Amino acid sequence: MAAKIDLRRFPGFLGITLICLVVLYAPLIIVAVYSFNDSTSITNWGGATLNWYVDVFTGPESPKFQQAALNSLIIAVCAAGAATCIATAAAVAMTRAGRFRGKTLSFALINLPLMVPEVVTAVASLVFFSAIGFTNGLFTILIAHTVFCIPFAYLPISARMQSISDVYEQAAMDLYATPREAFTKVLLPLMMPGILSGSLLAFIISLDDFLITNFVKGAGVETLPTAIFGAVKQGIKPNIMAISTLMLGVSIVFVTLSWLVGRVGQNKQK
Amino acid sequence: MAAGAPMGAGTTSDIYKGDAARLMMPTWLIIGIFLLAPVIMMGVYSFLTKEFRGGVVWEFSFAAYDQFFFDRGLFGDDPPTLEWTYIGIFWRSIWQAGLATIMCLLIGFPTAWFIATRDPKSRSIWLFLITIPYWVNLLIRTVSMKFLIRDTGPLNEFLLAAGVIDTPLGLINTDFAVQLGLFYSYLPFMVLPIYAAVERYDFALSEAASDLYAGTWTILRLVIFPVVKPGIIAGCILVFVPSLGAFLAPDLLGGAKTFMIGSLIEEQFKGSAGNWPFGAAAAMILLTLVLVILLIYARAQNKVEDR
Amino acid sequence: MASPEIAVSIDQVVKRYGGFTALHGVSIDIREREFFTLLGPSGCGKTTLLRAIAGFEDVNEGRLLLKGVDITNLPPHKRPVNTVFQQYALFPHMTVFENVMFGLLRKNWIQSEAQRRVQDVLEMVQLSDFASRKPAQLSGGQQQRVALARALAPRPQVLLLDEPLSALDLKLRQAVRSELKALQRETGIAFIFVTHDQEEALTMSDRVCVMSNGRVQQIGSPKDVYEAPVNRFVADFVGETNLLEVTVNKIKDGLASVALPGGNAFECPAAAVVDPGVGHLSVRPERIKVTADGQGDLDAVVTGHTYLGTDIQLLVRLADDEVMSVRLQNSQTTEIPEQGAAVGLVLEAGAARLLAD
Ligand SMILES: Nc1ncnc2c1ncn2[C@@H]1O[C@H](COP(=O)(O)OP(=O)(O)O)[C@@H](O)[C@H]1O
Ligand SMILES: [Mg+2]
Repeated sequence: MAAKIDLRRFPGFLGITLICLVVLYAPLIIVAVYSFNDSTSITNWGGATLNWYVDVFTGPESPKFQQAALNSLIIAVCAAGAATCIATAAAVAMTRAGRFRGKTLSFALINLPLMVPEVVTAVASLVFFSAIGFTNGLFTILIAHTVFCIPFAYLPISARMQSISDVYEQAAMDLYATPREAFTKVLLPLMMPGILSGSLLAFIISLDDFLITNFVKGAGVETLPTAIFGAVKQGIKPNIMAISTLMLGVSIVFVTLSWLVGRVGQNKQK
Repeated sequence: MAAGAPMGAGTTSDIYKGDAARLMMPTWLIIGIFLLAPVIMMGVYSFLTKEFRGGVVWEFSFAAYDQFFFDRGLFGDDPPTLEWTYIGIFWRSIWQAGLATIMCLLIGFPTAWFIATRDPKSRSIWLFLITIPYWVNLLIRTVSMKFLIRDTGPLNEFLLAAGVIDTPLGLINTDFAVQLGLFYSYLPFMVLPIYAAVERYDFALSEAASDLYAGTWTILRLVIFPVVKPGIIAGCILVFVPSLGAFLAPDLLGGAKTFMIGSLIEEQFKGSAGNWPFGAAAAMILLTLVLVILLIYARAQNKVEDR
Repeated sequence: MASPEIAVSIDQVVKRYGGFTALHGVSIDIREREFFTLLGPSGCGKTTLLRAIAGFEDVNEGRLLLKGVDITNLPPHKRPVNTVFQQYALFPHMTVFENVMFGLLRKNWIQSEAQRRVQDVLEMVQLSDFASRKPAQLSGGQQQRVALARALAPRPQVLLLDEPLSALDLKLRQAVRSELKALQRETGIAFIFVTHDQEEALTMSDRVCVMSNGRVQQIGSPKDVYEAPVNRFVADFVGETNLLEVTVNKIKDGLASVALPGGNAFECPAAAVVDPGVGHLSVRPERIKVTADGQGDLDAVVTGHTYLGTDIQLLVRLADDEVMSVRLQNSQTTEIPEQGAAVGLVLEAGAARLLAD
């Protein structure tokens, strides 16, 4: 008789998981490694160098990329900030206002940016801005980013809110806090971990976007992804790999941060 | 002892009851004006007449949809026959997204299962490892993949040097490269919901089942599958839907042969060759397709909950 | 008009949740400086009533008066009452000091006075050394005391306590009872204390209100509700009792003549509204004496005993097959009848009371 299979320990699943990780990480690691390659022909290893990083900051293309990076940063900070405020207010309404008219609709609206395919959002935004006569530029990018950042900011914030018992706000009001004070002095500090990870998520999502930005950006306005995309059309040069590696680093730092914030929040809750 | 719920705990009270409208207003305004209204506007545009240098003329017309579905010959006066070019592009997109979804499922299911059956501490680390790449810029990931698999890239160089192959694999600009790119883009979307479902599964149930003389296959089919199925379906939708309208993977990894919906739509809005009403119509058709899928899913979900 | 003696006046309060009525016209007057307990099984509406007084629940009908002032429509932060929550609800992001200070700052106390007050109150609950700790770094008993200090600091006119001892373990709970009572004396504030534990209610309270299904059953001193329960619910819920079905022959001046099972005539006090016919007699098990067969008011056969430490519980069966419990003090001289022995039971004066249903 065949040995009984332990369902928790399917043979081979570890192997597939490792393959999965290799597939996910190999391209990134290889690009990072090659960004240190001291050779103009990319595919031959010519020893380690930081030249390409120097090139990113001082090379002929550096002003273009620096401007693009600055644009990306401004947009990500503003869009994440705006989306976080909007999502926080929405989360308070959805978890602390009982039933109200249009609640289901509101929930659908918050999640609408997740349901509409990116390319459709991009087309719709372009059409809309041109129809109402907005000049495409940083501002249109900012608006479009704020919209699709809202659900990403909303998710961790509302998850956090749901785990906060409303007994703390009741205690605050019992101790003569006005509803506003109960919010600012008690609920808001308790929500903070959720708000932080929500804004970090929104920030990364905004930095990540290419397609929608590409549609609504004005002529000559570039963010880092659109600038990289433009450059890649000309071929993958080492300075692109250096920029990519830098962005990779930034993303990983932010995700790790967001993860840690979430964990600290959870521990405090206990 | 301690019977009865603690004061207020568990009940979502309505401290901000009167404030709901005020609190929701920014969301309604921003998403309503800058997403809902634009989508409606796009629907309107799809029924307008194209302007030759991009943009539209405000004249009602079915031309965009007509062009999408029917061929009327070079001068537009032949009797209409079905036009396969665009339907074919949609069909290929569905096919590509479907294959990418299957790839994600084949790799993602065992991975999710493996992670969900670890002890809780290592679980969160595995999960973290799986999700990190998702947060790395999609463009950069796709470019990295392109760099890796192109004919003069490290993968081919390595295999050539090792003597495994004597001509480059020719992966780039193939359907497979696009599937690989989509797989790479959306794999975490498959892993996470399946993981959540498996994690919820109580393995004491399979012990109970085997105690009642069920074999491994029977347990899988009758006990585990029903629990994990919702996770699999959610994962498939989360991968399939964004793959369908993807732009970067087909554009960077595929060639002209592997044109997908995303590129078709994008092309209509670039430069003077564009056709805005046609692009809007294609986007409407894509949106309808996606909403239908989500609607069917939501219906099925509700039915499960009703039971 | 509410007399000035009354701290809180609850007047015909009705609370509904959708179709479910949690409070059916509850009326209670709570006096100044008294330790008042709401006692009842879980789900009877105690918390709902407390939350209505604190202002967390709007009432559908009726009025709430605080020292004669109508507070029915005031929001919680405008009511000069404070609450000790069941799970304490200490603000996890603030220190003990900040928690206690919170209410004072909201009431715009002067900083220096507020600080002095916080120190005083922390001293009162013996937590001065823990002022800079976060709630998570305290034991359950200490958290409970912080909650108490926080609620007392702003000098509320009434303190509301919702099962504040239920999260503590048994030994600690008994110690805290006397501390709490002492604190109430010291501060002179009326306490409204909610519990489902009758022992807690009897040992701590000046007056007890027994509730059931959203209705007040009886209000009185612990002695009143124990010795003179008005109905079967109160008799059964407060302490242990035997309920015997008896035939009521006559009621006059609060005294009832009844026929006990077995036929013996018996006279005992009757709760106000009992009509002749079939009634229920409440007999406290510790007020029954065992004598020889045929010598008592009731004849019975011993069916078993249970050793309870200080007491021994006898189970006996009466002529009409009803089972009764009898408590004998566990002293050296106590004679414990054998199982199967026929005995007589004497109902001492005050042991039995005829009840309304
Ligand atoms: N928010 C609410 N919605 C509906 N029913 C409630 C709500 N709060 C309490 N109840 C009901 O009211 C009754 C009294 O509850 P409660 O006052 O908490 O009882 P107690 O504190 O005596 O255990 C219970 O039956 C409970 O189910
Ligand atoms: Mg209660």
